Amino acid sequence: MNPTLNLWLIPLLPLAGAAINGFLGKKSSRKAVTTIALFFSGAAFVWALWVALRFSSLELPYHEFLAHWIRITGFSADFALYLDQLSLVMLLVVTGVGFLIHIYSVGYMWDDPSYYRFFSYLNLFMFFMLTLVLADNYLLMFIGWEGVGLASYLLIGFWFTKDSAASAGKKAFLVNRIGDFGFLIALFLLIKHFGSLNFVQVFQSVAPMSAETAGAGLLTTVGILLMVGACGKSAQIPLYVWLPDAMEGPTPVSALIHAATMVTAGLYMVSRSHLIFERAPTALMVVAIIGTLTAFFVATIGIAQTDIKKVLAYSTISQLGYMFMACGVGAFSAGIFHLMTHAFFKGLLFLGAGSVIHAVGGEQDMRKMGGLKSYIPWTFLTMGIATLAIAGIPPLAGFWSKDEILWKAYQVSPVYWAIGVITAFITSFYMFRLLYMTFFGDYRGAPADAHGSHSDKHGHDAHGHGEPHESPMVMLVPLLILAVLSLVAGFVGWGNHFEHFLAPVFGTGEPAAEAASGATEYLLMGVSVLVAFAGWWLAYLLYYKCDDLPQKIADSLGGFYQTVVHKYYVDELYAALFVKPLVDGSTRILWQDVDRKIIDATVNDSADAARHVSDEVRQMQSGNIRSYAAWIAAGAAVVIAFMIWMWTKG
Amino acid sequence: MVPLSYYLLLSAFLFSCGVVGFLIKRNIITIFMSIELMLNGVNLSFVAFAAHWHALAGQVFVFFVMVVAAAEAAVGLAIIIAVYRTRETLNVDQVNLLKL
Amino acid sequence: MSFHLILFLAFGAVCVAGAINLLTQRHPINSALSLITVMGALAGEYLLLGAEFVAAVQVIVYAGAIMVLFVFVIMLLNAGEEEQTRGSRIALILGVPGMLAGGVLVAWVVLRHSGTEAVPIGALPGSPQDIAQLLFHDFLLPFEVTSVLILIAIMGAVVLASAPEAAPGKGK
Repeated sequence: MNPTLNLWLIPLLPLAGAAINGFLGKKSSRKAVTTIALFFSGAAFVWALWVALRFSSLELPYHEFLAHWIRITGFSADFALYLDQLSLVMLLVVTGVGFLIHIYSVGYMWDDPSYYRFFSYLNLFMFFMLTLVLADNYLLMFIGWEGVGLASYLLIGFWFTKDSAASAGKKAFLVNRIGDFGFLIALFLLIKHFGSLNFVQVFQSVAPMSAETAGAGLLTTVGILLMVGACGKSAQIPLYVWLPDAMEGPTPVSALIHAATMVTAGLYMVSRSHLIFERAPTALMVVAIIGTLTAFFVATIGIAQTDIKKVLAYSTISQLGYMFMACGVGAFSAGIFHLMTHAFFKGLLFLGAGSVIHAVGGEQDMRKMGGLKSYIPWTFLTMGIATLAIAGIPPLAGFWSKDEILWKAYQVSPVYWAIGVITAFITSFYMFRLLYMTFFGDYRGAPADAHGSHSDKHGHDAHGHGEPHESPMVMLVPLLILAVLSLVAGFVGWGNHFEHFLAPVFGTGEPAAEAASGATEYLLMGVSVLVAFAGWWLAYLLYYKCDDLPQKIADSLGGFYQTVVHKYYVDELYAALFVKPLVDGSTRILWQDVDRKIIDATVNDSADAARHVSDEVRQMQSGNIRSYAAWIAAGAAVVIAFMIWMWTKG
Repeated sequence: MVPLSYYLLLSAFLFSCGVVGFLIKRNIITIFMSIELMLNGVNLSFVAFAAHWHALAGQVFVFFVMVVAAAEAAVGLAIIIAVYRTRETLNVDQVNLLKL
Repeated sequence: MSFHLILFLAFGAVCVAGAINLLTQRHPINSALSLITVMGALAGEYLLLGAEFVAAVQVIVYAGAIMVLFVFVIMLLNAGEEEQTRGSRIALILGVPGMLAGGVLVAWVVLRHSGTEAVPIGALPGSPQDIAQLLFHDFLLPFEVTSVLILIAIMGAVVLASAPEAAPGKGK
């Protein structure tokens, strides 16, 4: 039997931090708020480390029962936690990267008037994310799922007085909700057929079922619905539209939630349900197709973006597409591997972007940057490392994980591999484009005293910006740590270590194919490296050597270029197809017809009717004695007549 | 030998005259007198039935009716005097302050 | 055509004439005098029925006290002829035809159902002694209550009709 690890501390410590900062933070000093926030998230990380150290001595999977929750006939769910290798990886990534971003935020948000609220929300997010990761049944995971959606809404709309931020928060929450609907239906189906949402029980019931090769069956339906939920949370086609808008939030939020942790929740959920997916090939194919298409489609949008955070947002969606492609071809451990490395280098990219934005006083348009490498060398160094990683240049982390995915994809179908390789080329291109536009060439930014109206966007009001300046140490240290991780994290993939580590969770699903074509594997690896360097060279050419070439190309492409810049008008399409009819219908039918004409009318008309009736009846009270007498006489006559009639009847 | 019904018809007629007078007359005192007429008609009806059924209680009841009519007339006329003092008129249509 | 019937019809005619006169006269004093005649004729009817006590009380109390009170008030208030204001249309429209209809209905019913039971002259049995017996034994409580009622009526009449206070609001 396992000794108790008190896993419950890990989610509840940040919750305590959120509560303390939320209720007491307004009156506390910045120092106090910082201490609370860092202490509780740091404590969660330390505890997670301690659990990791004890991990090898545990009998897995590890269960920790906390309390009864729902007990009805036919269904029960409890507050209970579950730990296995997959959970451990997610746990370390979430607490580790989360803690680093907390440290970074101290510097980034220092001048913001709602400092305490930010950390309260950030801790709240950690609580929900950790609940999601540690849950031992789908229902508790769903609580975490919804909770991170809530935290995302609160944090995207952090500067809620800005219209665009408030709308972005709303959009994120609503689009998430659509995914959640699919997730919920899947849960209902699971309850109906397996009578439980507990992972162990469900997977034990699913394991003996045979694969549904004939197409639609229970597991396929559940799988596709789970994928719908994952599309909402992890921003895949067609529910990705919220993530670019979510860049309205502060940059640490983009780093934590929309790069490293929340958007990976969908992936975690799909991986956790791998037994279901493995028995539903159709659903698996849907996952792969969505992932691949998203990766490619969104990468093409990223080429033409000029806002540094938007480029990174589209890049995130694209990389998530890779992860789903991995899951879709059955390589779940490869997907998780990429999740981990991506958390490091994408988190680093976002934090670095925040550092850049801080340096140039709030400007986010890359066309107004340039030549920053001499002003902010440390940021340049770390972002450079991250760019190398994401482009897939060996021996950094991104290369190992991306290559693993492409290799596994090739084994299922060369089409997936081909699209993946093209996407890798585009990824490399736009990431190096970002690097060149931001750090090389001449500084195209506004002169010294033009702070612009963007200064309040990231809370750096009181800065007197002379030239672009480096960020404080508190922001740089997390960048450096993440850079180191981006350098070395890939090595856990050497010799398939990572895959073997996760094997007890995913099964040793990799058959003899991996041993067989060693030569093909190296060939494909070479192609990926070649493609990465090709993207680098193209970016170098267009954005360093011949500066005017991009504009000429854009002009020659004309309308097509404009379409790409406007994100293929997907948002407009959704607005016309879904939002406008809904809003119109709501206005015309629900508001004017139902609300005004039926509900209001009922109330008003009954009041009017009462008034009219009383108006008529009060004519009787004329104050005229004779008419009173007349009414009395008439009434008496009626009564007498009635009595006579009764008398004659009997 | 007068049939009972004749007495009753007379009583009914007196009562009806009282009601009609109450409704169409405008002078308060005349209205009061119509009320007395009504009471008289009812008295006749009581006595007629008492005679028909040889029940003495009918007469006693007439006695009570008269007592009540006296009390009512006294108080009512006092009220009329009070009303006349304030409204300066005996026209019942002008005593309409209770109009809604 | 017995004498009883003739007497009844005579007294009845006087009643009817008096009642109609009460309605048609414009000056209230004329209406009061018609009412007195009606009461007198009714007293005659009571005598025909054998209710001597009631007849006597009718003349003494009703015609002699109540109607005198009415006449006093008419003279006190110097009531003049009625004006011709149109006060209540409802009264005319609803009341008069209604009552006529009611009266006709009652008459019809009474005539149809009562047959020809006749009331002989002087049919009522009792002497004043019997009436007193009833009054002070079986109906003692109502008797006493009516005494209280008259007491209250006297007090009420005195209060209501007394002159108002000279200077309202002064010397409180």
